[in-house]
Formats: sequence, C-alpha cells, structure tokens
Amino acid sequence: MQIFHRSANVISRASIYAGIFTAAFVLWACIQLQRSPYVTYAGVVRPQPVPFSHQHHVAAIGIDCRYCHTSVETSGFAGIPPTKTCMNCHSQIWTNAAILEPVRESFRSGKSLVWNRVNDLPDFVYFDHSIHINKGVGCNTCHGPVDRMPLMYNHASLQMEWCINCHRNPVKELRPRDQVFNMRYQKPSEDIPVVIDGKKFTDQMSLGKYLASAYHLRSALDITSCNTCHR
Amino acid sequence: MNNDEQNGKAHREEVCPGKKDKLNPLALQAEIEKKNAPEMWRSLEELAGNPEVREMMHREFPKGASEWIDAVSRRGFLKLMGSSLALAGMTACTRQPLEPIVPYVRQPEGLIPGKAMSYATAFTLGGYAAPLLVTSREFRPIKIEGNPEHQASLGGTDIFAQASILDLYDPDRSQNVLYKGEIATWGSFADQLRGPLNSQKTLQGAGIRILSRAFSSPTLLDQKQQFEKNFPLAKWHVYEPVNRDNVYAGAQIAFGQPVETVYKLDAADVIVSLDADFLYGGFPGMTRYARDFAKRRDPESEKMSRFYAIESAPTSTGAKADHRLPVRASEVEGIARALQGGAGLSGEAAKFVQALLGELQAAHGSSVVIPGEHQPPVVHALAHALNQQLGNVGKTVFYTDPVLATTESQIDSIRDLVADMRGGKVDLLVILGGNPAFDAPADLAFADALENSKIPVRVHLGLRNNETAELCHWHISEAHYLEQWGDTRAYDGTISIVQPLIAPLYTSHSASELVSLVNGQADTPGFELVQNYWKSKHSGADFDTFWRRSVHDGFVAGTTYQSKQVSLKAQENQASAQAGSSQDGGIEINFRRDPSIYDGRFANNAWLQELPKPLTKMTWDNPLLMGPRMADRLQVKSMDMVKVELNGKSLDLPVWIQAGHPDHSVTVYFGYGRRRSGRAGNAAGFDVYQLRYSATPDLASGKVTKTSGHYLLSTTQGYQTMDVGTAVGEDHREIVRAATLKDFKDKNFSPEAPEPEETMFNNPPYDYAAQPYVWGMTIDHNACVGCNNCIVACQSENNIAVVGKEQVNRGRHMHWLRVDVYYQGDRDNPRAYFQPVPCMQCENAPCEVVCPVGATTHSTEGLNDMIYNRCVGTRYCSNNCPYKVRRFNFLLFQDWETPQLKMMRNPDVTVRSRGVMEKCTYCVQRITHARIAAEEATTEQAKIDSIANLQTACQQSCPANAIVFGNINDPNSAVSKLKAKSRNYAVLDDLNTRPRTTYLGAVRNPNPELEGSST
Repeated sequence: MQIFHRSANVISRASIYAGIFTAAFVLWACIQLQRSPYVTYAGVVRPQPVPFSHQHHVAAIGIDCRYCHTSVETSGFAGIPPTKTCMNCHSQIWTNAAILEPVRESFRSGKSLVWNRVNDLPDFVYFDHSIHINKGVGCNTCHGPVDRMPLMYNHASLQMEWCINCHRNPVKELRPRDQVFNMRYQKPSEDIPVVIDGKKFTDQMSLGKYLASAYHLRSALDITSCNTCHR
Repeated sequence: MNNDEQNGKAHREEVCPGKKDKLNPLALQAEIEKKNAPEMWRSLEELAGNPEVREMMHREFPKGASEWIDAVSRRGFLKLMGSSLALAGMTACTRQPLEPIVPYVRQPEGLIPGKAMSYATAFTLGGYAAPLLVTSREFRPIKIEGNPEHQASLGGTDIFAQASILDLYDPDRSQNVLYKGEIATWGSFADQLRGPLNSQKTLQGAGIRILSRAFSSPTLLDQKQQFEKNFPLAKWHVYEPVNRDNVYAGAQIAFGQPVETVYKLDAADVIVSLDADFLYGGFPGMTRYARDFAKRRDPESEKMSRFYAIESAPTSTGAKADHRLPVRASEVEGIARALQGGAGLSGEAAKFVQALLGELQAAHGSSVVIPGEHQPPVVHALAHALNQQLGNVGKTVFYTDPVLATTESQIDSIRDLVADMRGGKVDLLVILGGNPAFDAPADLAFADALENSKIPVRVHLGLRNNETAELCHWHISEAHYLEQWGDTRAYDGTISIVQPLIAPLYTSHSASELVSLVNGQADTPGFELVQNYWKSKHSGADFDTFWRRSVHDGFVAGTTYQSKQVSLKAQENQASAQAGSSQDGGIEINFRRDPSIYDGRFANNAWLQELPKPLTKMTWDNPLLMGPRMADRLQVKSMDMVKVELNGKSLDLPVWIQAGHPDHSVTVYFGYGRRRSGRAGNAAGFDVYQLRYSATPDLASGKVTKTSGHYLLSTTQGYQTMDVGTAVGEDHREIVRAATLKDFKDKNFSPEAPEPEETMFNNPPYDYAAQPYVWGMTIDHNACVGCNNCIVACQSENNIAVVGKEQVNRGRHMHWLRVDVYYQGDRDNPRAYFQPVPCMQCENAPCEVVCPVGATTHSTEGLNDMIYNRCVGTRYCSNNCPYKVRRFNFLLFQDWETPQLKMMRNPDVTVRSRGVMEKCTYCVQRITHARIAAEEATTEQAKIDSIANLQTACQQSCPANAIVFGNINDPNSAVSKLKAKSRNYAVLDDLNTRPRTTYLGAVRNPNPELEGSST
C-alpha cells in the first residue's frame, strides 16, 4: 500500500536540497558576519571623549607619530599620550575651545581622560610594536592612512588571518627604517624608486628581499610559530 | 560531618582509589618482604607494590578527576549541558566590547609603558632580611626576585619571600583603622592616644607596654631606645613563636655573650647537621647556604663535600645527606657529646658517630657543625665547642654581633608581659604586628589575659584583622613591606633599605610610624623616619649620594658584620637539658614551624597553603607525622585520627606516616587552625599551639593513642606518577639516576641509554641546527635541595591558579612545575631524591600529534607551544604525556573578579579560563622579550647579554642554581656545557620523545666506613 503521495518524492528531494542550501547559507552568513565590520570594527569610528583628529595633527600640522606615541620604538606598547602632552600646546593655543574642555578638566583635576581603544587586539594576543618598527614595518601598513582620518578608526580587521597573511610573507610590506613613520610613503615603482645603501629598487619584492636580509628578519616559519603572538 | 558530606566522601573514595584506603602498615611490611620492592619509590604504597599505584602510573589524572562527582540533579545537569552547548556555539560570535584605555595625566619620568622595571627592597621574616629585586609593571609590583648583588641572596629567594606578593594583594587584608570593630581614622586614633600618653608621661610610662615581633631594623631599634628614654619605666617586649632563643642562649653558655653564627659552607668538606634544617626557607641565610652547599656537591669538582644529617624529623635538608641518622630530638644532645669525645652510645648511632668522628678529625678546619634552632641551648653550646675543637672557627664558622635587635629570651619576655597584664600594671598595650592571642604559649593564656585583665587601651597593628585584633580596642591596618619604608638586616648583618614599590593600597601604617606616634612625633611619615635615622648615622656631606646608592643597590655598603673573636668559657655549666626525654615512657612530640605557612602568618596565602610540603607533599593541612614502626605498633594508617595528650590537654590529629621519621616520636607543625586569617586559611588544619607550652616549646613528652575516625588529607604524593615500567626486571626505567661518588668516578656513571622504541617520528620538524636559538634546560639532582621555591616562582610568574584542598585531592591542582620525591632503600631511613619536573619540551612531543585542533604545536626553536585560545579541552594531550606535566582547568579556578588580584597578575601571560589545558612553556614570555631585545640591540655585546641574562622564573629563583636554561645551539652557554657532562640523562628517553629538559644524575658521597649500612 502506498502511504505517501507521489509528490512526496519531489518534496523530500526539494527539502533535502533546501536544507543543504539553508545550512550552507547560514554558515556563509556567519562567516561573513564574523569578518564584517560589525564584528571587527574595521572602518568604524568609536566614541571618544574628545573628537581628536589625527588628520589635523599629522597632516596639517606635521607632528611626528612619536611625539605622542613615545614608546613605540622601545616597547611593545606604543604608548598613549598623557594629558600633559596635549597641554604642551593647548595651554597656549585653543585655550578656550569648548571641545577641549575634557582635556583641561583632566589636567586641572588630575583625573585621566578615558579613551576607547581603537586598535584593540584580543587579550590573548601579544603584539609588540618595537620589533615591527625595528624591522621596517611602517605605521600605516597596519594602521592605514591615519593622516587622513579626522576621527580614528581601525583600518584593518585585526583578525588572525590578516596578521598571518603578512607574517607568511613579510617581504611584501617592508620599507627602509627611515621611512617607517612616513605617512605618505609609497612602495617603489619605476617612477619613484627607493634608494637605500646606494642601491636603487624599483619594485617591492626586490626591496623587500634586500631589507629582509639587511634587517635580519627571521624566517616566515619562525614568525608564524604560535608563540610569536600567543603565550 | 553531616550525612551529605559523608555520602559525598564515600562516593569520592569510590572513584579515587588512591585515596581510599591507605595500606595497613603491618600488611605493608609483609608485602615488602614478600616481593622484590622497587629500588626507587614515591610512596609507601608503591614500596609495597600496591596495584593501585600501577594504575595511577597509567592514568593522566587520578580516577575521579574527570568525573563530575558533586551532588547534581539530572535536571541541573541537562540545564548545564544545554547552556554550555549554546555558549560553546556562540562565544566565537561575540563582538569585542569597547575597551577603555586610560593614559596618565602626567606620565612619570623614566617610565616606558609596557616595560618591566626592577627595584631593590627587602622582605623580613623573623627579623632576618631576604634582599630582593621586585619586578614592577607600571608601578604595580608583580614578581619577587632575589637581589643578585646582595651576598645573602645572590639572586635566589625562599618560598616565603617569593609568595609574599600574594599577601600584598590579598583581598582579606585589613583595610582600615578600626575602633571596637567600627571604621575609624588614623587621625582619631592619634587624638585618642594623646590622653593616655600624657598621663603616662607623668608616670614615666609605667603603664605602657609594647609587644613587637623580632626585628633587626636599625631605625626601629633607635626608636625603641628613644621610647625607653621617653618612658623609663615602660617595657618593650618581643615575641615570635619561631624564635632564636635557643641560639642566643647557647651562645651565652658557650661564650658568655649572644652572638650570631655564620657558616661558610663552600669551604666545608664535612658538614654535620645537628637537627638543623638549613636548606629550607625560614632558616636565616638559607638562600646563601643553599648556593654554597650546592657548589660543593658537584662530583666533578676537586673535592665533593660530605654531609651528615642527624635529625629528629624528616626534612628536605636531611634528604640531601650522604648519611642520615634519624634520632629522637632529645638524643641529639647525647650525639653532640659523643662527638666531643664522650661515649654512651650504642647501636646504629654509635657506628654513625664513630665514622663521623674519624672524618671530622681528618677534616680539621674544614668541617662545620650546624645545630638546629629547636634544639636546646646546650646543643648549641656543644656545637660551638665542637667547631672550636675542630679548628673551624675563622674558616667555616664565623661569629658576629647578633642580627636581631633583642637577644633576650622571647618566651620569658612574653611571660613577663602576661604577668604584668594580669597584675594590672598595664594601661596601654601596643602590639606591633604578630598574633600572640593565637600563637603565644598555651599556658600563658595570652588571649584570656588580653581580654579579661582590664587594660584600658589595647592597640593592635597588623596586616590582618586577626585573633589578636579581635581582642583589642584599636586595630591599625599595617602597611605591607612593599608599601612602606624601613630597613632590615640580613643573616650576615648587611643592612637593606626597604623601599616601597607601591603606595599603600589601603589606609595603613608601618610599625615605625606607630612607634613615632607613641614617642610623640605625630605624623612623621615612614620615609622621613628612616631617612632621618640614616642622616644621623651618616658622616660626610654626600648624604644624598649615599642614600640613593643604598636604596638603589638594595644594601648599605660596609654594614656587613665583621667576624668577631669570642672565646669559649669553661664547660661546667653545660647541664643537660633533657626536656622531653622519653624515659618516662612517653612519646616525644616535636613542635615545628610549618614548612609552608611558617608560624601561621601565611595561613591566608593560598600559594603557600597549596604548596606541597617538601617530603609529605601535603597541602592545606598539618597532620601528625610518625614513622612506619610506630604506626605499626599503634595500628594506625595514614589519615586515621590519634589523640595527643600533653599536660592534661588533648588534641585529636590525623596521622601521616612518613618514611624516615624516628621511632617513639612524632612531629606536629603549628600555625594551622586559624579562626581569623581570611578565606583561604580559616578552618584549614588543626591548632597545635594549644599544646605548646612555654617550658617545652620545641619538644615535649606526651601520649599518643589511636582514636576512631578518619580525616581526609590532600597530598599530591602518588599523583602524576611517571611510569617506571615493571617494578623489577628488564623493563625497569630509571626516572632518577643515582650513584655513589666512587661508582661515578670508576664507571663514569652513565648507564648506557636504553634503546629507543620503534617510532614513526624520527625527523624533527625543523632544522634545529640552523636556528640561532634552540632552548633547553638541565636540572641538577645534586644541587636541588627540594626547597620548593621554583614552584612558587612559577606560580607567580605564570598566573597559576590555586584550586583548594578538595580539588587537590582529586588531582586537579594546577602547578606547572612539581617537585617529585623518590625514596630509595628501606622505609625507616630511606635516601631521598628531589626531582623538579616541568614540561620537558620534547622534540618529538607525544601531546602534539593527538591534538585535534592544533592547540599545542612546535616552535622552530624547539618549544612545545600551548595556545590557550585554541584549546577546546579534549585532554588528549595530557592523556598522551608520559611525564604528566599538563594541567587542566577542570573548573573556573582563576579569580576573574577580585580587583586586587588583577593588579598582581603578570600582564605578559594569558589568564586561563575553564576548560583549557595549560603547562610550562619555559617562560616563553621571557624568551620573547629577550629575543626581541637581542634583535633590537645595537651592539653585538648587548645582543649577547640579552640572551645570556635570559632566565626562566624557576631558574632565577633557585637558590642552589640547580636549574639552568639557555641556548643549546651555543656551545659556550652554561646549559650546553652541562648537557655535555656524563651525568646528563633524559627521563623516559626510551620513548624517543627527545626531551629538551634533561637531568644531571644524583651522585652521593658516602663514607666507605658506613657504606652498606642502612644509612
């Protein structure tokens, strides 16, 4: 005896396919969500107590990164400027600007400004600024065009696949040490070659290879060992 | 015990067979005789060939560790599973919350954010300083290290100094000034004290009493003299339950004056310990002695020293002896007299002494006799005489001025105080630290005297609102030593300036500040008190330079005591002091400070509570120790209860049978049984102070009888047992390789390495030879003195959680580094070997191939990395680890909430959560820092230095230099040189794991005359 109608065949086939597709879609959606700025905050401006403009301070005035981020060359932590650093100038200029009131209040009261971290790695990741600077990785390689950011956001996803992408082949991103803090540095090309130690480079790969050996870069195998970042 | 608990216990015992039934010692002896006992054993059960021990060797964690055996309903279980399933799926999808980042307003000069800094200071225990370099991150002290430039430390520490940082951040610390239990202020206290002080002024202070702990601080001594000048009729008493009364009294008998004895163990060929535990924390100078001792224990050195230990309770020091003679404490005096040429010994002791005598006479001027602090003064006097007689004075033994500020008997001192209190002579009592209501001799009934003798003003200064604070009107929260200025003396007299590493976390004050208040100098900060004292002592205009240098270096140059000439008095008054002789048929009861919590002051220090005590591996408790023979007679097993009767009082205590304990005597550790220590220490263990009397503080004679009942003791002995193969026979593996010096020299020691098993993993994953750095470690069995310091250092460096007594019992303790004890020989007087076991960092790591998620992988430098954020907790890795060094977070052991503890953590190490495997990583955070420093170094020398200065936490804290770590690709590194020695061997190397941590075999130097005897 036939219990099911013949159309049941179609329905069951269709629902199997639909099931597979739905599952695949949900999985794909999750992966996309995980990589989306909703999760990574890439390109998303975070609320801050003072609308500090890197664009203004870096591009317009020309302040070097290290004026505020003092320990970037010597420590794992780049450092975030104390209120005093702001007041070095702002006790002289823009002394009555309303938007700077939280800064002045902090200086008067001795209570720190509380910023929201923009480039925020998970706590189980141990990133070290000084070694990257030392090996010729530019600030904007990771932080993006900070000099064009009126309000600060993180440029990259900061996810592990992004980190490891460079660690697998650092040659792609190396630049001469003296260019690390140059926000408008351009990779070498036929038009704008990079000259270092009297040698002229017109493409990134040859420059990168040269720098990797000049700066004693550890091998890709070494710097993709888990303990490079996790401990 | 209520019904539920009993059920739970029954169930636990069912699944934890290792804990179920300690062997009946009678049966045990029979079994030992019947079978061929293993050569090396870790517990009496193993010696007897108990099949459960075999099972333990095959398990990763003891049975029951992985089971959920708490009472939980089916419904609760399903709820939990449901939610954990949901959470497991969802956790990966959370967004990171916004994280605040808070800069300074004005950044302190010299601070580099993210870099650690070190400051010199000193920790004081019992009046003796442990000079330190404290690591500070953004001005939060996070790690204690020894001061390598200070002669008393040379870089090593002891467990108490190492763990003291936990006391600083202890959330249970006293945080306020209290008046009758209500929060008050320091100002109101100063006001309230003014009246009584003024009226006392007219009485010349006749009603003022100060009771302090033993101290060596020159500033405090100066204040004491000032106090005595201000109030001529007042009295300053000093009391600590662990004191130097016997030492100074002994010197008084011998020389007519109290002197300090300093030993130079690296100049000694023959070392004799008369019940002295000089290689364990708490013995003044221990860190230096361990270094000097280990230096002379190198079998390849010109002349290896020989160490004879005569001891009344098994200690880690005695375990290092070439010949150990277990005797009752009262017999030590007889042996000391026999060594002086007397007779009257028989049996084992006579033979031992005769051999020793011969040796001592041959080693004229290069031997040393060290008496134990708990031995009566006469033994100290005899030891002084012996050292004189043997020509050691000026060579291995030096006398100096006493380190402590007061040398009078502390027991007499507190007895006088109690008499005055009861006599109504005290109007103002100031207790500076300490806890006499808990730890004063029982017959004085200090707590009763404090509560009921109507002293109008009672003040207690202390780190904790403890048993004494409860009975005082005022309680002043004391500043931790890392929060205050001060000064203190090390065992050799060298003065260290104590500088604070952090501003007081709470409203707290130092003892100096309180005394200055009493002296009428209100509100002088501690810094000025110390500096003013030194200004008054310093001649010359360059005080500022002198001060800065002294604070920076951690010691005041030129303050080390010069050795002094003392002459031995005639011997007529060396009356015998057989306080606790067992001739009346009683059992000798040894009262000892606890190896972990000292006199009870560290009861709330969970690191120390959970630290397995050196030989028993006991945690969180203080059972009564007795030898196997006595247990046979009493028919008791470990964890049975016995009743101890003494002076009409009695106390029920659980028994732990300790191999090597002398017969007819038992040992109890005091310090446990606190009521008001804090969350960790309350209710742990038994209050033995109830039985400690002022006449017999170290040794008493009493009765020990069996009673009914059991008590669960949590010991790690028998857990994490490496598989030795069959106990006897061809498959037997030597975990500890040991030989005598003669055999070592004749046969060049190393038995041929066993042939590795067939393996698929013959090729290392990386070309290590091409690497600049390849890390390795050696651990020297001969140097290791079993002081446990490495365990605490590791715990502090790597944010390792404590789990509590119950969890230790299930084998869930988290220590990355354990110190195994292997016994050899018979149970009455076995030899013992200490083996610290960290992760071996195998080149062919069995754990890595079984991890399904790649959470444990190999680095190119040969480290076996553990990536916590990848770990999903399958525990396959620990299942496959033959060394059993992997530890699993069965529950959420780490405290994620308490703000104080967050400040203490090492920011360079991940804080692990529940369900994550963890293990030793060779302090990979230190390796990374050193490697980065080397890569950034601008000169070749700086590069070499940054790698040469790299030390793991265990290595850095080791007082004996037993652990050496470094780059094995560099043939000139210390570790490479050690690995080239013939003593070097790998544990379980037949498994072809190729461990990076190797051991240097143990070599003993026995006297041929005594060889073959059981000692």
